[in-house]
This record gives sequence, C-alpha cells and structure tokens, in this order.
Amino acid sequence: MNVDSPVTQGGGWLSQLRWNRRVRGRVVSFSAHFSMILLSLIFLIPMFWMLSTSLKSRAQTWLFPPEWIPNPVVWEHFPRIFEVAPVLLFFQNTMIIVFWNVLGQVFSTSLVAFGFARLRFPGRDVLFIMLIATLMIPYQVTLIPTFILFKLFGWINTFLPLTVPAFTGSAFFIFLMRQYLMSLPFDLDDAARMDGCNTFQVLFFILLPLCIPPLVIVVVFTFIGVWNDFLGPLIYLNENTKYTIALGLNLLRGRNRTDYNVLMAASLLAVLPTLIVYFLAQNKLIGGIASVGLKG
Amino acid sequence: MSRQARREAVEGYICISPWLVGFVMFVAGPILASLLLSLTYWDIGSAPRWVGLQNYAEIFTNDGDFLQALKVTLTYAVVTLPLHLVLGLALSLLLNLRLRGMNFYRTLFYIPAVLPIVAVTMLWIWIFNPEFGVINHLLSLVGIEGPSWFHSPRWALPGLMLLGLWGVGGGAVIYLAGLQNIPPHLYEAAEIDGANIWRRFWRITLPLLTPTLFFQLVLNLIATFQVFTQSYIATQGGPLQATFFYMLYIYNKAFGTLRMGYGSALAWILTLIILAVTLLVFRSSPHWVYYEAERRKEDA
Repeated sequence: MNVDSPVTQGGGWLSQLRWNRRVRGRVVSFSAHFSMILLSLIFLIPMFWMLSTSLKSRAQTWLFPPEWIPNPVVWEHFPRIFEVAPVLLFFQNTMIIVFWNVLGQVFSTSLVAFGFARLRFPGRDVLFIMLIATLMIPYQVTLIPTFILFKLFGWINTFLPLTVPAFTGSAFFIFLMRQYLMSLPFDLDDAARMDGCNTFQVLFFILLPLCIPPLVIVVVFTFIGVWNDFLGPLIYLNENTKYTIALGLNLLRGRNRTDYNVLMAASLLAVLPTLIVYFLAQNKLIGGIASVGLKG
Repeated sequence: MSRQARREAVEGYICISPWLVGFVMFVAGPILASLLLSLTYWDIGSAPRWVGLQNYAEIFTNDGDFLQALKVTLTYAVVTLPLHLVLGLALSLLLNLRLRGMNFYRTLFYIPAVLPIVAVTMLWIWIFNPEFGVINHLLSLVGIEGPSWFHSPRWALPGLMLLGLWGVGGGAVIYLAGLQNIPPHLYEAAEIDGANIWRRFWRITLPLLTPTLFFQLVLNLIATFQVFTQSYIATQGGPLQATFFYMLYIYNKAFGTLRMGYGSALAWILTLIILAVTLLVFRSSPHWVYYEAERRKEDA
C-alpha cells in the first residue's frame, strides 16, 4: 500500500492520518519559518542599528528617514572612545572584578554545595531550606546596611565590596551545584575513601572533575552578571579611575549627550565580551538555565 | 555520635562555612539592621537618632513621591507581567517546533538577556530618539506620527516597557524546558482521540506547564519591583516623574540625600509589598498550578 497517495487507494484511516499529517506538517513548518524570521528581525534590527550607527559618518547619522547601511564606513568613532574617557582602564577594572568573582564563586560554590550534597551534619536540611529562602529576598532590603558595613570597613571606592561577597557563594549557584552533585553516585566517594582519600581530596580530585557542566554555568553567569552590573559599582565606586565599563558607558553619555556614534561604538565594545562568552558556552548555558528553572 | 560521624559533621560545617559567614554578614545581619535603621534618623555624618515609627508615618501620610513611585512601579508590573508571560509562552511554543535552524533561533532570542543593561538602554535611547530614531521612522511608514518617547510624560513609561519586552526570550527559554518535559505520548493519545491542536494546548500543554509558569511568575514579580538601571539611565525618573520607579526613590533617598533611615523604611515597605504579592500568588497556586505527583496521590 502506498501511504503517500491515499486518494488513489481509497486509503485506510491510517494512511489518511499520515497524509494529513504530512500536508499539515508542511504548512506548519512554512508558517513557523516565516514567523521565526520575522521575530528574528525584532531581535536583530536593534543590534544592527547599534553596529550601523557606530560605523556611520556624523552627517549620515542625523538623517530622517534614517539610512541603514553606513556609507561611507567610518572607523574613527572607535579610536575616539579612548580619547573621550579612559576606557581601557574601565575594561581593566571590570576584568579584575570579574576575575575575583569567578574565582570566589567557583571555590565557595564547590565547597558549600559539596557540604550540603555529600556530608551529614546536624541542621543540614534546615540550613539548606534557609539557603533556598534567601533566593526570594529582594536585594534592596539588604542594600543600605551592606553599604554601611562596607563603609565601616573603609572599603568604599575600592573593589572589595564588589569582590569579597563572591567568596561566600551565591545561593543560586550553590543550589544548582548541589543538585548536580546529588546525581553523582556515592560509590565514587566510597571507593576513593577506601583508597585513602580524605574528604577534601574526594571533592577536589574525584567529584569536581565530573562537575564541569555546572561549573561552566557558574563561571559564565558570574562573568556576565558582574560584567553587566550597574548598581553595585554605582554605589561603591566614586572615582573615575575605579569605574567599570558599565559606569564608564554612562559617564560617556553624560559628557557627549548627542554623540550617538561614539556612544554606540562604546556600547558595542561593552557588549562584545558578554556576547563572546555567551556564544562559547551557549549550549551548556541554555540547558543549565532550563534545569534550574524547572527545579524551582 | 561516633567519632567518624562527629568528624563528618565538623567537615560539613567547614565546607558550608563560607556560605554561613555570607548569610550572617550579607543577608540575615543586614535584614535585621535595616529594620532597626528604619526606626532612626541617620545621615551618616552624625550618630543615628531613634525616631520610632516616624519615618513610616511620614511615608504613609505626607510623601507624594512615595505614592508616585508606588504608582509607577505597580503600573509597570500590572502591564508587563502578563505580557511577559503570554509572549514568552508564545515564543517558547514556536521554539519548541521541530524545525531546521531552531538552535540558531534559540541562541538568538536569548541574547538580549545576557547583554549589559546599560548598553541596551543606550541603544534604545537612540532607537527611541523622537526625530532620528528607528521606531518613529517605522511608525511613519505606516502613517503614524511617533511620540517623543522618553521625553514625553505619557510615553516614557511605555517606552521602558517595550525595552523590557525585548528581553522576553530569557523567559521563553525556561518555558521551553518545561515544554520539552511534557511526555510526547500524551499528545499522541490525544491526537488519536481526535483532539485538535487548540484542545491539545488547553488540555495538555497549559496544565502541565503551570508549575513552570508559576515559578517564572514569582521570579518576574520580584524582578519587576526592582527595576532601576533602565530608568536611572534613560530618564532619571522623569519627565514629570513619569518613570519614577520605587528603586530609584530608594536610591535617591539613601545615596543621594543620605537619609539612610528613611531609605531603609522605604526598602522595608517595598519588601513587604513583594512578600504580600508573592504570598498571594502562592496561596492562589492550588487553584491553577497542576502537579503531576499530587494528582497521582489523589487518584490512588
């Protein structure tokens, strides 16, 4: 029986169903492709507009209706960024803060999650519930006292308020990591202990090498989160030379309110590192967000 | 307790000690401190002065800024929360189709969620430019004269809402994971029973997705009440306080005029509001959130 042509066969219900499915499948896939492309434009046009403005001549920028393609292509806005403000310094500052945050988060997340997932101690379950509860606490309620605390320490206008808290871990990452550790067989620990490993050797030599997927998420999310943070640096850093890229961008705008060419060129530079990190890790990242999203 | 168990307990506490320190210093301590602070007058320069409930009294009886900030924030929440939910869900349904190039689209739609909000806001300021911006150009193509967006008391807030909606792909990715967890045999059975695509959506997809929707709703809710950076950069709360978000008000009070006590009281009120709304959502959840495990228990 030829299932592709139910018309000539007079077809059984099964072939009819298959044929219907096939036709409907084509219609659905065509309209789906169409709407996907349309939607992509909504996401892409703004990005393209940023790129296009950063490469346009000043004269071409202030035209209405706007022109999409830079003609001629002008590169001068990019070197201009570095003349207007010490942007290299901003990049360097941001990288330093990012570095310590990544280090702190990876270290503390591994250690704390391991404690919650693999060791038994009194009060563990209550403490873990408290950890999850902290996920729901809005940050503004701790913002002012934390600021005052760091002021008492004399840490205002240093990177310390932006880096030290990372070494206490973040509830979100700890939760993620703990769920992952729970899924690894306990036989691993037992075998390693039998071979003479102590608790911390079990963590660092046996379990952590198996935890690359969640660790990638910790690293990438920390990178993106710290790179993009605005309120933290805004509150704690008050000298230009300490600024991060996010603050620097705002500074740039304050000084050149209408110079959109330079502003878009600088925005592009600020966006680039997160984009690169995102593309490098996007497979693991999207899976990770999804798994966390579900467990909550 | 055996020696070994005691040893394990000690090691356990060593392992979680970083988090315990952080919890005391950056969560529990500050929460308590901000409650106490909210009962004082303190401008950092001099010693804090105990004023009891005076800050709260002033906020509730004699503070137009507070009412405006609350109004702006609630308006934003009421409009954008359902939009994010519905559009995110629609987008995730599209992303769930088996289509060539789908990985590319998934990657693409999530991008706005990873970009620096400062850069994104700069970009949209330019896009919303009344005279030379892209949006008003596109509007003019269909014969509409665009408003002056961030310069207009009426359109500044809708502009910020649109800016937020650009990041709708972030939620869609989470819904997508929920969709992919729905067992395919349910759809097959429904199809054989003659259920059309619409019925399958209402009877299978939506009920089984409610736990994910619930989770996203709670997260979005908390995030929506904390909008800050966009309005700080694009409008500074203006024009005419049209985008005066609550977080902006807290920031101005605490770090602009250095009224730490008053700022803490404002923060506590916002926290209580968020808590109340979240509780409400939680209380409503048995009526609309479907949990497979519970259902099985009932059936048994």
